[in-house]
Amino acid sequence: MTLIDLANPTRFLALTARVLPWLAAATVILLTIGLYQSALAPDDYQQGATVKIMFIHVPNAWLSMFVWGVMSIASLGTLVWRHPLADVAAKAAAPIGAAFTFLALLTGSLWGRPMWGTYWEWDARLTSVLILFLMYLGLMALWRAVDDPSRAARAAAVLTLVGAINLPIIKFSVDWWNTLHQPASVMRMGGSSLDKSFLIPLLVMAVAFTLLFVTLHLAAMRNEILRRRVRSLQMMQASRVAFSSEMGTGSREETASKGAA
Amino acid sequence: MIMSLGPYASFIVTSYAAVALVVVILIGWIVLDYRSQTQRLRELDRSGVTRRSGRSAVDTP
Repeated sequence: MTLIDLANPTRFLALTARVLPWLAAATVILLTIGLYQSALAPDDYQQGATVKIMFIHVPNAWLSMFVWGVMSIASLGTLVWRHPLADVAAKAAAPIGAAFTFLALLTGSLWGRPMWGTYWEWDARLTSVLILFLMYLGLMALWRAVDDPSRAARAAAVLTLVGAINLPIIKFSVDWWNTLHQPASVMRMGGSSLDKSFLIPLLVMAVAFTLLFVTLHLAAMRNEILRRRVRSLQMMQASRVAFSSEMGTGSREETASKGAA
Repeated sequence: MIMSLGPYASFIVTSYAAVALVVVILIGWIVLDYRSQTQRLRELDRSGVTRRSGRSAVDTP
């Protein structure tokens, strides 16, 4: 099945019906393994047991950017290729991305209090992620503010692509500015600086959360397609009612004019 | 085996609980939204509104 085949919403719904149970099962299995490995991971020599927060903070932080990346590609799909499912994908991803970004901020804050002595610091990394969270909320508000989905899609696509400028700023903020947030320790030149006892649970949790996102995103896209189907049927129903009442008024007027004559 | 979380146990437990809560809310919202949309499609189908293709409104393969 190619991307062109998936342009047909009915085919996409058939695909999600087949794939979703498997994706959900794989997510549960990987999350269970990841949580088990996180529980068994040793304490860090500096952070102690607080290092366990990293196993959920880092996947959420990765996903906060990854989801915006997915939305940016979908936005290109809306503006350039006019793929029928592109704006469905972008709209469905926004609340999920907002939830992951919120969790990245919250878990980072809960880690920061014992480690840095503060819940919040206006440094470049934290501030740029907060801006990302606000952009997610703004995008969701924009989708709700415009009634026509195709008009909303174009405006949201432009905003998403402009907002994508924030992704490299978030990623490289720890290198460009002097921040309280530590520099990259997994994805960096020269390989990861983490010990395997931390790296393996972290990667398993990252893959598990990514699968969770894919599962939730497909389910949310399915809901959005059904919502649009409901909308178009309701409009069809409303136009039929208007047409029949118009016909009724027309025939009554005709009868009245005949009677007057 | 009882896991020792040290002096900052409350921060660790709160983090995991918050993630679990938000993920459960996300799943619940998506499941409820799906039920709501299929319910509305069934109601439209009962009122005789069909898609241009002639298929039933609830026809989701």
